[in-house]
Amino acid sequence: MSLELRNIHKHFGPVRANDGITLTVESGTLHGLLGENGAGKSTLMKVLSGFHSADSGEIVLDGKTIKLASPVDAIGAGIGMLHQDPLVFLPFSVIDNFVLGSPGEQRLDRGAAATELKELCDRYGFNFDPHTPARLLTVGERQQLEIIRLLWLGARVLILDEPTTGISADQRAKLFVTLKALAEEGMSVIFVSHKLEEVADLCERVTVMTRGKVVGEAELPVPPEQLVEMMFGQAIEIRDRDEVGLGVPRLTLDSVRTAAGLLSEEPISLDVKAGEVIGIAGMEGSGQDTFLRICCGMRAPKEGTVAISGQDMTGSHYRDYLAAAVKYLPAGRLEEGLIEGLTITEHFVLAGDDSGFFIDWGAARKRAEEQVDHYTIKGTEASTAESLSGGNQQRVLLAMLPDELSVLLMEHPTRGLDIESADWVWEQLLARRGQGTSILFASADLDELLRYSDRILVFFSGRVIGELDASATNVDEIGLLIGGRRAGSEGAAL
Amino acid sequence: MSRVNSVLLPAATVVVSVVALLLLAGTNPWDPLKIIVEGSIGWPPLEGGAARKVGDTFMVWVPIALASAGLIVTFNAGMWNIGIEGQIIMGAIAAAWMAREVSAPRPLLILLTIVAGAVGGMLWGLLAGVLRTAGGVNEIFGGLGLNFVALSLTTYLIIGPWARSGVASTSGTDPFPEDAWLPALEGTKLSPLAVVIALLALIGVWLLFRGTLYGLKLKAVGRNRPSSFLLGIPTNRYLLGAFMICGALAGIGGTSQALGLHHKLIPAISGNFGYLAILVVLLARFRPFWVIPISFFFAMIAVGSPSLQLRVDVNPTLGGVLQGVLVLSAMFGLGWAGYRALREASSAGVES
Repeated sequence: MSLELRNIHKHFGPVRANDGITLTVESGTLHGLLGENGAGKSTLMKVLSGFHSADSGEIVLDGKTIKLASPVDAIGAGIGMLHQDPLVFLPFSVIDNFVLGSPGEQRLDRGAAATELKELCDRYGFNFDPHTPARLLTVGERQQLEIIRLLWLGARVLILDEPTTGISADQRAKLFVTLKALAEEGMSVIFVSHKLEEVADLCERVTVMTRGKVVGEAELPVPPEQLVEMMFGQAIEIRDRDEVGLGVPRLTLDSVRTAAGLLSEEPISLDVKAGEVIGIAGMEGSGQDTFLRICCGMRAPKEGTVAISGQDMTGSHYRDYLAAAVKYLPAGRLEEGLIEGLTITEHFVLAGDDSGFFIDWGAARKRAEEQVDHYTIKGTEASTAESLSGGNQQRVLLAMLPDELSVLLMEHPTRGLDIESADWVWEQLLARRGQGTSILFASADLDELLRYSDRILVFFSGRVIGELDASATNVDEIGLLIGGRRAGSEGAAL
Repeated sequence: MSRVNSVLLPAATVVVSVVALLLLAGTNPWDPLKIIVEGSIGWPPLEGGAARKVGDTFMVWVPIALASAGLIVTFNAGMWNIGIEGQIIMGAIAAAWMAREVSAPRPLLILLTIVAGAVGGMLWGLLAGVLRTAGGVNEIFGGLGLNFVALSLTTYLIIGPWARSGVASTSGTDPFPEDAWLPALEGTKLSPLAVVIALLALIGVWLLFRGTLYGLKLKAVGRNRPSSFLLGIPTNRYLLGAFMICGALAGIGGTSQALGLHHKLIPAISGNFGYLAILVVLLARFRPFWVIPISFFFAMIAVGSPSLQLRVDVNPTLGGVLQGVLVLSAMFGLGWAGYRALREASSAGVES
């Protein structure tokens, strides 16, 4: 079944998630869709599987324009989507999960369904006991179950959204074998991923998306540099920053490791000096936030030690880190930062070091007005947090930071901000750096990482895959590492 | 336009549904309301030997108002303290213990019973809080469980250790020594002390959220726990604090029930006033001063509706149905008005 997307537009408010996407997937091919988080891949696939309806554009299946108002329409037309988290009902048995999405509501013939399940399993080399509860299956097995369920429902186009997150290497190999077999049977498979290596291993053709647009297409194999260039662009900045002499050690990690999952494989050791800026690169969910949470005491490492300004803080409470002037600003400004429903004044009172019982609202309002002025926050001291734009929320968060700060940990300092606000944020951060604050920031913006960091740590699938001197590296090298390739190793074989 | 709607819509839904309810119950809408007023504060108000009725109404108002004050604290901390019933009961039990076991000069004894009631309720509230913060037990389920425990404990005490001399009866314990009764106005049960404490509690809660750092931090914890934690607020400690404040106020309400209204411990000592207070607080939209008239009206319905049977042959349970319908229709009206305002705002946003 061949599939064509013509000029798909999908906006969420001012955000253009899909901005005129045109894409053709031939019958019987494995087609890769590559792009960073937020590039619009998932939105496009949700449009294709009936979860979202496009603002404009056409979906053409075997030469016929189709309308998809819901996922039911999509599967009816033969388009099946395997979500990043398989849609499995954990308390139900395998067979109940299998029949749950089938059309019709009256009769439930588990026996007949079990026979069909067995036939499909035999064909693709899976093995399920129909009566096992789904919660006992591994994530990989849940995917397999979901794939056969979609096939049973008549899917002829299969979409897989980041299917390799959270499954073992064995299961990944098995998944790839299955997908290749399906393509040989004439099925169109769309493989959505941000991992260069996997797309290169599996797919015959690749489309690269950035910021809601298709920025390149290629028949594989191609040199990896070409894909990196499509994903991240070629602009390499000349670094214009004043050198700040580095001071005493502020944050020292020694062989830190967590119990399970992220950061469990290779221990991390790191020494951050006063006034040093460490950029943290990597696809979202590669272990960066676990790392930052260890640095601020919200998570205790299983092994290794964390020291702040030379003092061992391993196992100390988050508030002890706070008292040692370590501050963490997570990505969710309104989820883990500001408090919906409270005014700017109330935020400054909470962030202040007042210890009295009663609040002097007159003085508090006056102070808040000054801060609003000083940090050029567009709003008044009585504005609530949620009424502010993202840039102004970030300004409030920065204004709430204590004066004395030894380590600042930040996720996506400028995500979603316009250029003016982004520049302003960095002006503030660099001023802090000038006062000797060590800054560690995670970002998906390679320009930002290159421009402001002294060193860059690259995370890949739960470990640090590279530590780079920011003045001696470039977008290509970081991009490859983010995609899981160490520079120079088997790169040309892609 | 939307400002008018936000008052008119709820008012209209309340009037329509109350009238519909009364018509359904087979009476005209006017008579039952008149009878309720007559049964609770007299008709015309405060005439014809109404003192006793007014006294009862005030003494029903006291525990509802105290529980409402407490619930404003837990609601602001983001908690549904359903366990408030149990906290009222444990307050009553603790006060009853003090009244039975301790003899002291009257003013001191009264003070001791009130303190005992507050401590009893506070500890029971703390237990619900600990289950929530340390055990991860949702406060709604934990509270319900603790309510049953408290209720069973009352029954056990009444037919067991504190049984009436001679006969064990579920109608209650022997009356407490009169020295332990809350001092009341002549010929009524109205205790000015209890009324003043309830008013002070509401003013205190208003002040807490109006002007104190503790109240602001509680509100922050209730609205966004991760953000509050990151700001360095010990969120669990604040949650426990909210449960303890609420429990203490509810426990004083229990004291008033045992030593002000019934003068003994009875099985249904809480009178379901904790659950009623949840409705009051929702209707008052968490504002302490709105609690005063609303809870008084609820107290009037509670005291006045038993006369319905005698006067218009309507089942007195209509009173409870009336309270429920009032709250549901008001919430529906408020929600509807809010939804309309939101839609207006968003369509205005699109146009601009």
